[in-house]
Amino acid sequence: MTDTRPSASPSASNADLLGLYRTMRRIRTFEERVGELFVRGLSAGSMLHLSIGEESAAAGVASAMRPEDTFTTHHRGHGIFLARGADPSRMMAEIAGKETGYCAGKGGSMHIADMALGHLGANAIVGGGIPAVVGAGLSAKRLKTGSVSLAFFGDGAMGQGILYESMNMAALWELPVLFVCINNQYGMGTRVDQATRNEAFDERARAFGLQGAMVDGNDVEAVAATAKDLVDAARAGKPGFLAISCYRFFGHARMDKSPYRAEEEELAGRQRDPVKIARAALLERGLAPGSALDALDTEIAAEMDATIDFAAASPAPPLASMFRDVFAVGEPEPEPVRTRLDRVLSKEIR
Amino acid sequence: MVQITYRDALRQALIDAMEADERVVVIGEEVGRYGGAYGVTKGLIDTFGGDRLIDTPISEPAIIGAAVGAAMTGLRPVAELMYVDFLGMTMDQLTNQAAKIRYMFGGQIGVPMVLRTQGGTGRSAGAQHSQSLEAWVMHMPGLRLVMPATAEDAYHLLRHALTMPDPVVFIEHKALYTRKEEADLTTAKRPWGKAAVRREGQDVVIVTYSRQVHYALEAAEALAKDGIEATVIDLRTLNPLDMETVIEHVEKIGRVAVVSEGPMTAGVAAELAARITEECFDFLHDPVIRIAGEDIPISVSQELEAGSVPSPALIGDAVRRLLS
Repeated sequence: MTDTRPSASPSASNADLLGLYRTMRRIRTFEERVGELFVRGLSAGSMLHLSIGEESAAAGVASAMRPEDTFTTHHRGHGIFLARGADPSRMMAEIAGKETGYCAGKGGSMHIADMALGHLGANAIVGGGIPAVVGAGLSAKRLKTGSVSLAFFGDGAMGQGILYESMNMAALWELPVLFVCINNQYGMGTRVDQATRNEAFDERARAFGLQGAMVDGNDVEAVAATAKDLVDAARAGKPGFLAISCYRFFGHARMDKSPYRAEEEELAGRQRDPVKIARAALLERGLAPGSALDALDTEIAAEMDATIDFAAASPAPPLASMFRDVFAVGEPEPEPVRTRLDRVLSKEIR
Repeated sequence: MVQITYRDALRQALIDAMEADERVVVIGEEVGRYGGAYGVTKGLIDTFGGDRLIDTPISEPAIIGAAVGAAMTGLRPVAELMYVDFLGMTMDQLTNQAAKIRYMFGGQIGVPMVLRTQGGTGRSAGAQHSQSLEAWVMHMPGLRLVMPATAEDAYHLLRHALTMPDPVVFIEHKALYTRKEEADLTTAKRPWGKAAVRREGQDVVIVTYSRQVHYALEAAEALAKDGIEATVIDLRTLNPLDMETVIEHVEKIGRVAVVSEGPMTAGVAAELAARITEECFDFLHDPVIRIAGEDIPISVSQELEAGSVPSPALIGDAVRRLLS
């Protein structure tokens, strides 16, 4: 079993089923704790987009990545970053807007990034992070780093023009790039069949000359295997596209009670539970005894409980940090309006 | 000193930057084989090859977005946007991504890219190819903004832009490309963030940038014949903005006109007028006046086009009336 504890370098989870299960369980539990953080009033706002139900996409694709690879995610990106080896405490602190978070409390849930793990950033603009992987692919090719760059996005981004511009460029220039669409069936409150006539998204990618595949997110091993083929191909200059179908268990964000979909649909959708399915497979194939899985779940629960404590105990960023990082260190910081007012109002010339 | 056009100075800056730094690449529509819509990158592909002069499909948002990703992963891209009017296509990648990445990510990484583009009137290019949109850029925290008026500045400011750790929007003026002048490209000059006083006079200060610097100087020569001596300040960069030089001259003289080709309302001239009024109120003999583009789209007719932006005659007229 792969060590998925926090580390300074990317630690792709093992592609074996137990490793994938562990990664998915950690994501599930983390996301549940994010919900708890919100309920306890400790989160910075309610713009928290949980990836419960989508864990196989994160775990499967991350298992195919190498340490030198880079990626961008959409706004529902907690799971992907965790699968990549993120420290969940620093993530939780960022979600709480604390100084100890990945972005010192300036980014939050929708803008987590970490250069050490090749995370070029989560994005709150649908499709906004996609073209950056084209640029990362250009860098990789020119600087011969051997890295692949992956863009993760939802089915909602299939409606954004920038995706098609980016797919076209990646195919044209044979860049080491993989586009990963996590099709959770909903763009906010709009079901995928209300947003497109053709849900076979891989066909669109193939039309641009990309390798294209679709895979069922119920089966994390299939996700991992398909992703591995596509990541390897991308590294060899054959960029690709992977659509992973799954079901978003809960509302768009924390305040959304999903009034636009029937309860029966939700209950049926939640049967498509990649964590539960992987657990059943582990037991059925005799890969792990139930007691060991119980112990693992308990260990993960304790680990994720601690993330809330860490976030709660962390300090808020100091007010003066507000003017930092608009430009690089060494460049003059913007003059605060209060300072400016002081200066203008205290001129005694009259 | 050499005699060089604004266009050739820009090309020389790119050549010198690309020779000095292998990470510099140029990406955009028609930058390679065609040599740039206004010829700035002509011939560069023969020297540096298609890997560094990257011709793209017509996809402005992804050109800027790819430059963002390349800048974050080790290259120093110069993304060419053929016309500043296409900025609307790219606004998300420029303002939500490039401008905010360093800040949102807590200072972990910057986006050292240069967006080169050109704007302004003068070629009967119509409403979608003639605009002055610098106010859009100036309004956005996280972006540097350069608007050179001379060949020498074009060279040095572009070289400097390619050393900056943050995104720079570099707006050339389409009517200046063929302007030839004496320029010193050899000495390491630092016009970055420092306004140039192009002319000194004791009666009025004209604060401007880009092509309007030349119009202001023309107006100043005409005014001199009437015994009015104007100081003309060329801001060179709008971010950083050198208010120190402006304030120093305004406090001495007390009368100011700010000139901008962009539409007047909520424009660069408005920002300059507000700052000057706040900072120098007790030194002002008259209100700061704005001489700016009309609040209308640009027409293709040469007469309507020229009539919709400040001219030397309008600047001269306004200054005469200010002083009367």
